[in-house]
Amino acid sequence: MIYLTLAIEFFKIGLFSIGGGMATLPFLMDLTTRYDWYTASELANMVAISESTPGPVGINMATYAGYNAAGVPGAIVATLSLTAPALIIIVLIAKFLENFSENPTVKAVFYGIRPTVAALIGYAVWELLKIALISTTGGVTQVDYTSLFICLGAFGLLQVKQLKKLHPLVWIAAGAVIGIVFRM
Amino acid sequence: MMSIRKLGELYVSFFKIGGLTFGGGLAMLPMLQREVVSDRKWCTEEEILDMYAIGQCTPGIIAVNTATYVGYKQAGFIGGVFGTLGVVSPSIIIICLIASILKNFIDLPVVVHALAGIRVVVCALMMNTVFTMAKKGIVDKLGGGLFAGGFILACFTPIPTAVIIVLAGIIGVCAKKFGGRKEA
Repeated sequence: MIYLTLAIEFFKIGLFSIGGGMATLPFLMDLTTRYDWYTASELANMVAISESTPGPVGINMATYAGYNAAGVPGAIVATLSLTAPALIIIVLIAKFLENFSENPTVKAVFYGIRPTVAALIGYAVWELLKIALISTTGGVTQVDYTSLFICLGAFGLLQVKQLKKLHPLVWIAAGAVIGIVFRM
Repeated sequence: MMSIRKLGELYVSFFKIGGLTFGGGLAMLPMLQREVVSDRKWCTEEEILDMYAIGQCTPGIIAVNTATYVGYKQAGFIGGVFGTLGVVSPSIIIICLIASILKNFIDLPVVVHALAGIRVVVCALMMNTVFTMAKKGIVDKLGGGLFAGGFILACFTPIPTAVIIVLAGIIGVCAKKFGGRKEA
């Protein structure tokens, strides 16, 4: 029963992805190794589309993953399951905890979790990089230097203060143009 | 009757917020301020900012957490449900449309090239996200250790992502309790 599996997997993601939409990425990457709902390379497309359409990125990615797994009903199941843990937790916090974010234990937990979440997303990005930059043709694995150069160039440009504020949509559109021009 | 109208208003307001903001999280803030604070007067500016702080340190997507919180404060648990449904509805509609359209064009050479270019740029954007998160999250040597440890565990062991996050939280609490570290 694919809907039940989707519901359980996305409930789990909702429960453990802490720190915003991108925190779901390592979990979505993990799903590619256990189910054939989408490949890691499709995941890269999903990230791009989720970043360049309206709506929270985390929700968009969950909807997309659910759609790939089981069509429109899958999209609805995945999205609602992702939001369920938050719904319960936020209601509990609103009801019982004043100044939740100032609580010393809560602060201590997040002191440990914050750098770790950064590392986990870093790992997911590393997997995406391998897909984007390494090509295997006829059993020969090689780094695609054009892609590597463009990736490093874009990362460099992202460190420029004026360019940093540009909407991701602008970068993604530029990526599409570059891809077409260089026949990547 | 009154409460049904309220639920409708919650759904419509958060539908607008979800459908008109790109990226979620902080990008949603101006829209939230206009819709929820100045137009509807459902909560104050301070409450929205508190909600962001809580959203950073609770599981789930920040946009959803905020919708749940505001909905709950206005109309109890069912209000939270309607706020949440409102904020995720545009994503479900838009992403399902795009995914179903893209399916028909995914084999066209121009689409293949564009997606290859986009994947590379998305990697650069994500590297930037990790970089920013790491800078903010790593405040001392232990944070650096957790970042490195998290990355290594994710790369070389089959330990599930959720377990790594829980471990990091426990380490954070232990460090604060027994390490006599000052406030991070």
